Amino acid sequence: MSAPALNQPAERAEARSGRRAGTGAEVVIDAVSKSYSGTQVLKDVSLTVGAGEVVTLIGPSGSGKSTLLRTVNHLETVDSGSVTVGGEYIGYALRGGALHELPEREVLRRRTRVGLVFQHFNLFPHLSAVQNIAIAPVSLKKLGKDEAEERARALLSRVGLEGHGDKFPRQLSGGQQQRVAIARALALEPEVLLFDEPTSALDPELVGEVLEVIREVAGDGTTLIIVTHEIGFAREVSDRIVFLDQGEIVEQGTPEQLLSHPTQQRTRDFVSRVL
Amino acid sequence: MTTTTSPRAARDTEPLAAGQPRPDGAPGHGPGPAPSSGAHPTHGETGATLTVVRRKHVGRWVTAAVLTFLAAQFLFSLATNPRYEWGVFAEYFFAPAVLSGLGLALLLTVLGTLLGFALGTVLAVLRLSPSPLLSAPAWAFVWFFRSVPLVVLILVFYNLGYLYPTLGLGTPFTTDYWLVEFQTTLTITAFAAALIGISLHEAAYASEIIRGGILSVDAGQLEASAALGLPASVRFFKIVLPQAARAILPNAFNLVIGLIKGTSVVFVVALPEIFYTVQVIYNRNGRVIPLLLVACVWYALITTLLSIAQYYVERRFARGTSRVLPPTPLQRVRSAVGRWWGSLASDQGATPPGPGGAGRAAAAALATETQGVTR
Ligand SMILES: Nc1ncnc2c1ncn2[C@@H]1O[C@H](COP(=O)(O)OP(=O)(O)O)[C@@H](O)[C@H]1O
Ligand SMILES: [Mg+2]
Repeated sequence: MSAPALNQPAERAEARSGRRAGTGAEVVIDAVSKSYSGTQVLKDVSLTVGAGEVVTLIGPSGSGKSTLLRTVNHLETVDSGSVTVGGEYIGYALRGGALHELPEREVLRRRTRVGLVFQHFNLFPHLSAVQNIAIAPVSLKKLGKDEAEERARALLSRVGLEGHGDKFPRQLSGGQQQRVAIARALALEPEVLLFDEPTSALDPELVGEVLEVIREVAGDGTTLIIVTHEIGFAREVSDRIVFLDQGEIVEQGTPEQLLSHPTQQRTRDFVSRVL
Repeated sequence: MTTTTSPRAARDTEPLAAGQPRPDGAPGHGPGPAPSSGAHPTHGETGATLTVVRRKHVGRWVTAAVLTFLAAQFLFSLATNPRYEWGVFAEYFFAPAVLSGLGLALLLTVLGTLLGFALGTVLAVLRLSPSPLLSAPAWAFVWFFRSVPLVVLILVFYNLGYLYPTLGLGTPFTTDYWLVEFQTTLTITAFAAALIGISLHEAAYASEIIRGGILSVDAGQLEASAALGLPASVRFFKIVLPQAARAILPNAFNLVIGLIKGTSVVFVVALPEIFYTVQVIYNRNGRVIPLLLVACVWYALITTLLSIAQYYVERRFARGTSRVLPPTPLQRVRSAVGRWWGSLASDQGATPPGPGGAGRAAAAALATETQGVTR
């Protein structure tokens, strides 16, 4: 990869073949802190992810990666600091210099700008693959039922699951379930997609098919924040890798910089352990 | 293998060979015999087919024999002991008084269940609220109505006129009802008192059953719903409740079947429910046993219908919980008949009896049967 030559995420995004610009939104995480019963899990974390940029979060277990990711779509509230998506607070309205909590309906509406893919898929087991994908657009009245199911089938073939639409999650392999989950997240056409260890619950031979789909999504201009332990994949797909340890961003840079020439001892230790 | 998990793409191969037990504990059909390859291990190069000799379960057969004997003995006594007075039983089984008593029991059960579960659902949701402003009152309601016996509840509502002669809206903390005013005794009839008492009582129990069901749903389901921005009503009715139903239904049917018999307490407000009716009749004619049997057989009939309904309702909500649902008893019978038929046919075709023909027929029967039950 000729990554170091390009510094601006937008430039890199354009450089990547086939990427459409302009569908992603910028995510600004500003001085976010968060504690659980006394222990500080995020310590004054600031991170800006440009529109269409692909950023990978790596770090040891318990370092706060999931928590940080979940603050982006307001599944997790913050104690201080703020998070905006495309310039908008997901959970609050800024009025008179204070953040006012929004009513739930509005939070839900804003949250649809962000899709989240879970480690354990969290598909709805009582709904077929198509119903899993169509439920959000239908209940949010974005599409009629027939239209939504048609689109769901199209999304399924996009993730390589043509003809599996009427199966229930338990009738699918782990890799297939995670691909349905990605299709479900794509159904609302989010501007930002978050992946929380999307391949960690999979058998090794199923990892590749899921990464393949994420790679494809990464090419279409959506902003991606990916937590993963697949370092090889992170190196290949990311514009930037961020190393998090004990609730702080220790170091960040292009894959080349961070993985091959880390400047911090903690990064070096971690990278040498996982590579 | 089942016909429903259709051929997978090559890259999706499961680490499961056909015929291995499924790790998810789905009640597969034993070593699934693939009709073409045959289920029987072929011994190396000799090509001889090895027969599987099933273990003999002597204990099971002895237990079954003892139980059959006891059941036969009891049935024989039912038929031959004149004290059961089956003539009297037949005379009263469809007596108008008995049927109207049954109708009242059913009406109170149906209405009490509907109102009880509706209110119980609201209470369960309030109880699960993170805010004590909502959860504390719900807890108090459940505590109160589980503490007070149903009989007492019904009596209190029936005699509410004694405690509060008039009810209405007006100045708070006074009986100056200048907006609307009712005579309590006129408003609350015996039936209304019974229905209110039963509904509140059922609601308290139903709310705990529903709350248990909701708690049994994996937290990841709510997270996924929230992440998708699903509105609260969709989250509750389309995601949580259908999954909670698995845990709710067995207990809910228990409650309903209990209530059928529980409605007999309405005799305290002189409502002639079926059990009270037969008591009145046997107090008059002294035929205690046959009249009790009349009530019991009616109860048993209704319980039977409810149990069958329960089986199919539970099955409906088991969708997606395993790869393939086990066949219903009806489907089992049909497949057994098919198997028997198949073995007859293969006997005539000079195939040795035993696993050969019968096994293949069974495999075919199972294959057709599983096609019908994946949803
Ligand atoms: N709901 C919670 N309550 C208490 N502690 C939590 C909770 N969620 C996460 N934590 C703690 O916060 C830390 C960071 O967690 P997490 O963000 O899941 O880390 P990672 O995803 O990097 O493994 C961990 O020490 C974890 O134990
Ligand atoms: Mg995590």
